[in-house]
Amino acid sequence: MTQETAIPKPLPVPDEASRPFFEGARAGRLMLMRCLACGTLRLPSRRHCDRCLSPEVEWVAASGRGRVRTFGIMHQRYHPAFADDIPYNVTVVELEEGPRLPANIIGIPNSELRVGMEVVVDWEHHEDVTIPKFRPA
Amino acid sequence: MAHPLRGATAITGLGMTPMGRVFDRSATELAADAIALAIADAGLRKAEIDGLLINSGVSQGLTLGLQNYCGFADLKLLNLMNAAGSTAAQMVQYASMAISAGMARNVVCVFADTPLSEGKSSGTAYGMRANAPSRPRGMVGLYTASGYFGANTPYALAARRHMDLYGTKQDHFGEIAVSQRQWAVMNPLAQLRDPITMEDYHASRWIVEPLHLLDCCLVSNGAVAVIVSPASEAKDLRQPPVYIHGMGQGHPGDDNRAGSNWETETGARIAARTAFAMAGIGPADVDICELYDCYTYTVLVTLEDYGFCKKGEGGPFVEGGRLGPGGSLPTNTGGGELSAYYMWGMTPLSEAIIQGRGAGGERQVAKNNVILCTGNGGNLSYHGCLILSPHAS
Repeated sequence: MTQETAIPKPLPVPDEASRPFFEGARAGRLMLMRCLACGTLRLPSRRHCDRCLSPEVEWVAASGRGRVRTFGIMHQRYHPAFADDIPYNVTVVELEEGPRLPANIIGIPNSELRVGMEVVVDWEHHEDVTIPKFRPA
Repeated sequence: MAHPLRGATAITGLGMTPMGRVFDRSATELAADAIALAIADAGLRKAEIDGLLINSGVSQGLTLGLQNYCGFADLKLLNLMNAAGSTAAQMVQYASMAISAGMARNVVCVFADTPLSEGKSSGTAYGMRANAPSRPRGMVGLYTASGYFGANTPYALAARRHMDLYGTKQDHFGEIAVSQRQWAVMNPLAQLRDPITMEDYHASRWIVEPLHLLDCCLVSNGAVAVIVSPASEAKDLRQPPVYIHGMGQGHPGDDNRAGSNWETETGARIAARTAFAMAGIGPADVDICELYDCYTYTVLVTLEDYGFCKKGEGGPFVEGGRLGPGGSLPTNTGGGELSAYYMWGMTPLSEAIIQGRGAGGERQVAKNNVILCTGNGGNLSYHGCLILSPHAS
């Protein structure tokens, strides 16, 4: 469906702080930061723990399971790369471990989306980056 | 014992430029116009202004250089402030505290914004992430990769969660849109003055479902300035003083953190406690609400968080025209940001001053002893409020 001339989607470029997240995504693992001082899990990637401000951190794999916390259906055309997707869902997924991610739910029509629905991560591979999507569990 | 700052300061001047599709002046020029209008409105001389607090809107057109442009010399208070839509209320708070501390006497608080460009849609101004680099660096790019853009999206997400948790209906948001338009019909300053029905509301196009076009605020160019003065001097100035009885802020923090209920429990809960305690009142004492209404949903959740009804009952609470003309809780009596003009927190503040002065003309609410004025910014992230009154004590 995508034409050669289509405007590309604004996909992220991994930076130093987020590289373990995107390397994990490439390998099919949803990675979280875990504070070594207090154990708090966090996303998105950042140097300091937002609970205790410690910079000591490790990356751990999450289960990849979560729930739809809330969602919206996008009808407004904000970016030309999404014009053909309208109406599409933008969903906040609350991971089993607590942190939240913006994503799209794939594999079901928007009309079947529900708050609280159990979902599991899926991966959308692009040439140089992999993006988490979610589908019904 | 009454709080020592309750009624210690008052709003003495209000200046408003033309608002909406105003293209012939820069943000700085608009701000200077509003300041001149506010000084004249108060009956002060320019030399009597000794404080300047500046808030630039989304277009970021104002700088500290506004002092020099306006030729204010030897100011005793100056700052460029930004806590998004909560800034207007916050500027009045800091002005009030500085006056009470003896640091300044007559402080101008000014907001100006020029998000609209001739020939471009209003959505361009608030598309934000859509204007970001084509390949954002880091995890913020997960938003753009998902097609999550603009300010409309997080508010749609918040509204959806409220609907799911509490059974809030689309009609409840519609009630707010219709009520506010009824007020706007009576406001000569309002940009949208044609009455709307619930059918019109439902027929308006989706922006981000569950938000229709008529759930979303306007985007306007323009400027508003207000002047805060000591209560002891306010009564001798040109306008009826609008006294500051209560002030509060609340900022809940990161909406991605585990456990956050940012969608349905806002910083208004914290601000309400502080401001009501300072004013020595509760929600039952409020006669008029001027609530920040970037979206209909913002009004609904703010009413809950100030305790006008229980959490989750905002939908049924707004039914039956309660907020509209003739309703028991007149709210956003100029039409608000949805129907009148979008000057961030200056929208509710300017209408609160007009109602406090009894200058609302056809839309004036008879009982105006206690006016609650709120500001909200970010993704329900920042909240500031004022409790205002035409009475000194």
